[in-house]
Amino acid sequence: MITLTIDGREVSVPAGSTILDAAKKLNLKIPTLCYLELEKLHYKNQVASCRVCVVEVEGRRNLAPACATPVTPGMKVITNSKRVLSARRKNLELIISNHPFTCLTCLKSTECELQTMAWEYDVQVKYPNGERMRHKKDHSSAALFRDPDKCIMCRRCETMCNEVQTVGALTAFGRGFDTIVAPAEKNEIVDSPCVYCGQCVTVCPTGALIGHSYVNQVWNALFDETKKVVVQVAPAVRVALGEEFGYPAGEIVTGKMVAGLRRLGFDAVFDTTFGADLTIIEEGTEIIGRVTKNENLPILTSCCPGWINFIRYYYPSLEYMPSTTKSPQQMTGAIIKSYYAEKMGWDPKDIVVVSIMPCIAKKYEASLPNQESYGIRDVDYSLTTRELAKILKEGSVDLRYIEEEDFDSPLGVSTGAGVIFGSTGGVLEAALRSVYELVTKETLENVDFVALRGLDGAHEAVVDLGVRKIRVAAVSGLGNARKILDKVVSGEEVFDVIEIMACPGGCINGGGQPYAKDRDAVLQKRMESLYKLDREDKLRKSHENPEVIALYKDFLGEPGGHKAHDLLHVENFEASVMKEWEQF
Amino acid sequence: MTEQKNPCCTGSNPGYAELGAYIDALKIDPKDPERKEMLIMTLHKAQSIFGYLPAEVQKFVAKKFSIPHADVSGVISFYNYFTTTPKGKTNISICMGTACYVNGSEKILQDFEKALGIKSGQVTADGRFSIESLRCVGACGLAPVVLINEHVYGKVKQGQAEKIIEEYLIEYGEQVEVQ
Repeated sequence: MITLTIDGREVSVPAGSTILDAAKKLNLKIPTLCYLELEKLHYKNQVASCRVCVVEVEGRRNLAPACATPVTPGMKVITNSKRVLSARRKNLELIISNHPFTCLTCLKSTECELQTMAWEYDVQVKYPNGERMRHKKDHSSAALFRDPDKCIMCRRCETMCNEVQTVGALTAFGRGFDTIVAPAEKNEIVDSPCVYCGQCVTVCPTGALIGHSYVNQVWNALFDETKKVVVQVAPAVRVALGEEFGYPAGEIVTGKMVAGLRRLGFDAVFDTTFGADLTIIEEGTEIIGRVTKNENLPILTSCCPGWINFIRYYYPSLEYMPSTTKSPQQMTGAIIKSYYAEKMGWDPKDIVVVSIMPCIAKKYEASLPNQESYGIRDVDYSLTTRELAKILKEGSVDLRYIEEEDFDSPLGVSTGAGVIFGSTGGVLEAALRSVYELVTKETLENVDFVALRGLDGAHEAVVDLGVRKIRVAAVSGLGNARKILDKVVSGEEVFDVIEIMACPGGCINGGGQPYAKDRDAVLQKRMESLYKLDREDKLRKSHENPEVIALYKDFLGEPGGHKAHDLLHVENFEASVMKEWEQF
Repeated sequence: MTEQKNPCCTGSNPGYAELGAYIDALKIDPKDPERKEMLIMTLHKAQSIFGYLPAEVQKFVAKKFSIPHADVSGVISFYNYFTTTPKGKTNISICMGTACYVNGSEKILQDFEKALGIKSGQVTADGRFSIESLRCVGACGLAPVVLINEHVYGKVKQGQAEKIIEEYLIEYGEQVEVQ
């Protein structure tokens, strides 16, 4: 332990700690902007580029960045001298002088860390006419929007993209004032290996990286009287949306959300967990087929478009491994525009399917050319949880003052198995519940595969299916995906089924979720709520969902059959390539 | 960034074999977090082979190092020495170091740009000439200084650009290529 004094108060911290760590122990708030630490992810952004955390250290000539300066025995630190405060404010002014003054129309407004700090520190704009960055905005992708002029060079996105996710789409390009965080060669994002996981969006302190907004398109559809607008909501949304309305993290707002969506004028409000149950039937059939034949193993889950992009760019030789099933979002869309349309006597061409997702990669997935059935788009617009909060507020719906309602039938009936898709390990757990029963013909008494749960990034288990034991793993975060895939390729580890989610922790931590300040704690709450919903659900196995059973009986025929293939599978996996990425 | 034609670096340029052998000799461990330390010297080698560092060469290096293309691109963009545009057969460098600058080298640069119809950092359509600016060449006594390939022209005055290019071509120009 090292003892030092900060503002005259003594504190002891382990060797290797920074001044910032020591200050935290004293409950002293030193402001930070570029610094970010996410313990669960072992993620630390410590580039000390913003210089707003500077402090005075006795005997040191210049000011020290608290976030990156290790403590030494007997160190005397002052955090609030005149010199410190004026330097801090000056640094903040300089950052702001090179930042667009477009807060009123910025999608990140009220969530922007720079904006908050400017307000907290009473910053005056002294150099409104100074030199400014002028870079091209990047509208090139359907999912991610880049506005480099709003970048403050904190490099959090780079750390996230390159080190945590190991995607490596971003770099600091250029030198000095002209530096810009961009893909290689300053290309547009579509010409980079970006997988659209959106984790950069969750750490960007400003509006420089943000999901594309489809709010206006959705309003236009809702106001178009010739259209039937049907909405579906992903499991991870119901445990996060409340945060946008002042509820504590993890609050379950399913019923209120459904009621709110109905008020906005959606013609039907469906649950993507229905599609999740369908996914289990189709993917489960595939798992059983491949495991019993012992071919093309391991089978990898295909629900997460960020992950599917990742395997395409980085492990093209493993492309046969992911399941061919579409994701729950796409399945639900496809069933709405076929089965449900038929039931209602609607022309599929007049139906607009809107999905509410915790994700920005889902926007990309919805836009893919092969994600359609019989020439009709499965999903027309995908909104994030954040965007849903916006349209609810714009539509005068306050979740706090609205009575709960139920999803519409038939695509509103779901199981606990579908709900836990929203957390890492959930898809695999749901699949095992059904696969076990279908293979062994025995009832699974204890449906909780606890070994696969948790936010640690990688879990594995061995399940006895009678005919043989299978080894399964659930992995979240693309850095962890890379680790396990490398082992699969080298033959060091052998698995039968692997679930992979691009975002660390799964969809509850998606790039479209409400921004969380205390991220690790918030994720834990969201995850617990999903498992609570599952626990309290009467139906906990996908193959027992009565509406899914009815759908196969009345419409689809056999799981994995001809019609199911047309609607629920990506016929040609190859066709989903939009980018050519010859070397990655 | 506009797409550059790659007269040198598409297909099976033997330069790749040379560069590949160079990198292989470095014995890079893809798991070593410090492996990027050898990137800069490798890029020097690559530029000496190909003359410049187009995206294809960058990706080749990235793959050999098991690092993202973005990392390579970022390093190249930081150092003035590295270039992603090909140089002309006759490369004209105008010194922008302090001594040259105060002696009017900016005007000299404009002269050359006007004479060849290209901007600094560009190459003429026929690939014969390119212009770039560089920092001090250590011949401040001769300021302002212009370098044509390796040949130094000192105390350059405004309005001499065309004359200097002609002089150079007569003395060292195309004949050198023929030899």
